[in-house]
Amino acid sequence: MTMDATTLLAILGMAIGTYACRLTGLMVGARLALTGRAKAALDAIPPAVLTAVIAPTLFATGWPETIAGAITILAAMRLPLLGVILTGVVSVVVLRALAG
Amino acid sequence: MTEAPPDSAASPLSEWRDGVAELAPAMIAAMPLALLYGAVAAGKGLSPFAVALSSGLVFAGGAQLAAIEMWTSPVPIAGIILSTVLINARYVLMAASLAPKVGHMPLWARLLGFHVLADENWALAERRAAARRLTLAYFLGAGAVFWVNWVFWSWLGAIVGPLIGDPRRFGADFAFTAIFIGLVAGFVTTRRHVAVVVASAAAATLVHQTFGSPWHVLAGAFAGMAMAVIVWRPEPETAA
Repeated sequence: MTMDATTLLAILGMAIGTYACRLTGLMVGARLALTGRAKAALDAIPPAVLTAVIAPTLFATGWPETIAGAITILAAMRLPLLGVILTGVVSVVVLRALAG
Repeated sequence: MTEAPPDSAASPLSEWRDGVAELAPAMIAAMPLALLYGAVAAGKGLSPFAVALSSGLVFAGGAQLAAIEMWTSPVPIAGIILSTVLINARYVLMAASLAPKVGHMPLWARLLGFHVLADENWALAERRAAARRLTLAYFLGAGAVFWVNWVFWSWLGAIVGPLIGDPRRFGADFAFTAIFIGLVAGFVTTRRHVAVVVASAAAATLVHQTFGSPWHVLAGAFAGMAMAVIVWRPEPETAA
């Protein structure tokens, strides 16, 4: 159960940063009622950030990841989340095996 | 067992059960991610206790997985915290949007409930609040189960991970990518959203190749926002 100070510091920093985001939203709440372009820009943040996080894996790792990503995107249009995950995992394992 | 008539207020137990049932697919989906997170973190030298602590205190899968990717010796604390805040900046908006719908709950429930607020239960809570009053049992009750689920599986991952070996062999690392694809697909309901996602993917890939992590997250976020502003049209957005 030993943990060095650096690890603890990193975990606490992440925890405080994350809770600050959640708490800011809770406190600002309805006052952040936006309309028009501003609302469109803010609504775009969740899908844009989620996309940005995985984009390098999809487009700058190797062809097995890129093709598996394309298959997974197709699956995401039709299947529930669990099916999407299974499709992604199975296709990447098969394609990586083909890539050798 | 007494069945409440359909029009009367639901009991806390049935509200809680509703919440857990609706969250169940997300909890099952989070399982391999949590195991993966624990296994990779253990590989980087974190103890099972440190893994459980991080999952319990941070409770943000995407940011935790990104942090573990960046985890080297010495630990780049500033970079990891910056990446965490960037990835979780969306919680400001998600929380702000949900805040008026929990205004009737006591402060402690809001403070705890928003700590366990993640993409999946946020989306479900928003959907629920659109149809009926959001209850403490549904929101915090199901959120707590979601939290325990995440902490437990990541802790277990840190214990069994070192015994299994490289999680890449099972494609477990790609489960993270797949779940994000699934979550993004949930947001994309119009052609404008497709433009946002394409802009973000292009900018993030480019910046990742030139400046590296975590700047691609910021670049993708801004490119997506810019695209949303560009393609915005004044008519009311009624999703098809």
